[in-house]
Amino acid sequence: MLALHRVSKTYPNGVEALARFSAEIHQGEIVAIIGGSGCGKSTLLRAIAGLDRASSGTVTLDDEAIASPHAKIGIIFQEPRLLPWLSVADNIGFGLADLPAAERREKVARALERVRLTEKAQAWPRELSGGQAQRVAIARALVPQPEVLLLDEPFSALDAFTRRDLQDHLLDLWADTRPTLMLVTHDVDEAVVLADRVLVMRPRPGRLFDRIEINLGRPRDRNSPLFENFKRSVLTSLDRSLDRSVPDRDATQGPGQAMWW
Amino acid sequence: MISDAPVLQQSSEPAETAAAPSRIVRYARPVLGVLLPLTLALGWELVVWVGWSNGRLVPPPSRVFANITELARSGELVRHITATLWRVALGFAFGVVAGTLLGAISGYWSLARRLLDPTVQALRAIPSLAWVPLFILWLGIFETSKIALIAVGVFFPVYLGVMGAILAVDRKIVEVGRTFRLSGPAMIRRILLPAVLPAYVVSLRVGLGLGWMFVVAAELIGASEGLGYLLLDGQQLGKPAQILAAIVIFAILGKLTDWLIEVAAAPFLRWQDAFGRAKGA
Ligand SMILES: Nc1ncnc2c1ncn2[C@@H]1O[C@H](COP(=O)(O)OP(=O)(O)OP(=O)(O)O)[C@@H](O)[C@H]1O
Ligand SMILES: [Mg+2]
Repeated sequence: MLALHRVSKTYPNGVEALARFSAEIHQGEIVAIIGGSGCGKSTLLRAIAGLDRASSGTVTLDDEAIASPHAKIGIIFQEPRLLPWLSVADNIGFGLADLPAAERREKVARALERVRLTEKAQAWPRELSGGQAQRVAIARALVPQPEVLLLDEPFSALDAFTRRDLQDHLLDLWADTRPTLMLVTHDVDEAVVLADRVLVMRPRPGRLFDRIEINLGRPRDRNSPLFENFKRSVLTSLDRSLDRSVPDRDATQGPGQAMWW
Repeated sequence: MISDAPVLQQSSEPAETAAAPSRIVRYARPVLGVLLPLTLALGWELVVWVGWSNGRLVPPPSRVFANITELARSGELVRHITATLWRVALGFAFGVVAGTLLGAISGYWSLARRLLDPTVQALRAIPSLAWVPLFILWLGIFETSKIALIAVGVFFPVYLGVMGAILAVDRKIVEVGRTFRLSGPAMIRRILLPAVLPAYVVSLRVGLGLGWMFVVAAELIGASEGLGYLLLDGQQLGKPAQILAAIVIFAILGKLTDWLIEVAAAPFLRWQDAFGRAKGA
């Protein structure tokens, strides 16, 4: 279980990017984080990834405190961040340097097949389309089999069509080993398609505003009325989060009560 | 006629260029580059041959070429070339080692940069030839002072190139290394080195260019052999053909050594999104 306990982050310039964020995320759960620009979503993810340290509060994974990057936690950024001097295959195998070459090759080959890029194995990153590059980034993060995968707006730079494709693809890959997914997104549709639970944040300081359980089976039908309902409730909550006249809800409320509509 | 039409064709519509024209283009392209100097050389040869000029101060190519073969036959040429090459090689080696080490330290370690960089920058502001009298006093008139001067010339571009390249490494890519928990040495080997390599190769080539420049300066100041000595000797004895011969050889050697660096680095830089390569240069 990934436990966030009163995680706060104040940047050296005095910006209070994150204030007392608490949440418990179960192994294998998919959580979407949504909220206005600048409400601390990336800050939160970077703290969980161990890339930045929280000013106060703790992040623990299975009772182990996270203060620096951890083998069980992977992250995918908004840009693919492939290493331009490595072939696609070598990029995917980047995190497997400790394995014997044969085993590494086999894992990379399997990952390439899973993201349907086998024929691009020897291509340079510059030869990939945006969607292909992001698929390589997903494969690179998944191939060491992390227990937690953090995704910071992974599909926001892609067109709607490619985005849908990759969302389905991500769910496919998730089903293989069922890691915990924590996904920052601006796209309500994406949140409802993917998540078991949506956490809504509000800015200044960045904090948790609302939690919405998405009680929908998988695979989800994007056109069902129920799906639309969930989308609407996320949207409403998002609107209220940006409305300064709405007071903070008590973030310690049980998830059941979050369905306030 | 051979030249411009197919070039245009290939850059705009590669699909329409059949195999034959594109082959012509491939061979025609280097030829384009030598067209201008060749025309000028032949033109001058003709002017002297017809008698419009006696070519005493600006000897025609044939006389320069004759001078080179004469020097080659007597074994003088090899001796001078060896002396110059040896100086450039040693000076380049010392300059590159020092520049790379100090540049890497300043780039990687900000405390060292604060300590070191202002001094290096101040030294860089001194025109390097101003060191010559001091070097001669300290190191004597012979090889050591010449090599030191060349090394100084090579040092600065390499130092700046390495430091700048390290400072410019994309933080986002370094973060990828961090998320995979690379140790310090692994981070250097797997992220920093490859990221820095393209800029490093450029700085080596700039450094080499300066090395050739400074070898001329060093040999003009006082030498008994070397291509620079040929220049000076030609001036003092009034042999412009010999001066031009030395210049031509300098040009060839400079281009050749630069090309060697380029070729040696090419296999490591194939991943680059090079503009020049896309155009088939
Ligand atoms: N390195 C930094 N130094 C100082 N302030 C920062 C830094 N990074 C982020 N901030 C500030 O912290 C706040 C939260 O930033 P963060 O990047 O976490 O927002 P976000 O929710 O990810 O926004 P977006 O949706 O636009 O990506 C913002 O006000 C931002 O200006
Ligand atoms: Mg962000």
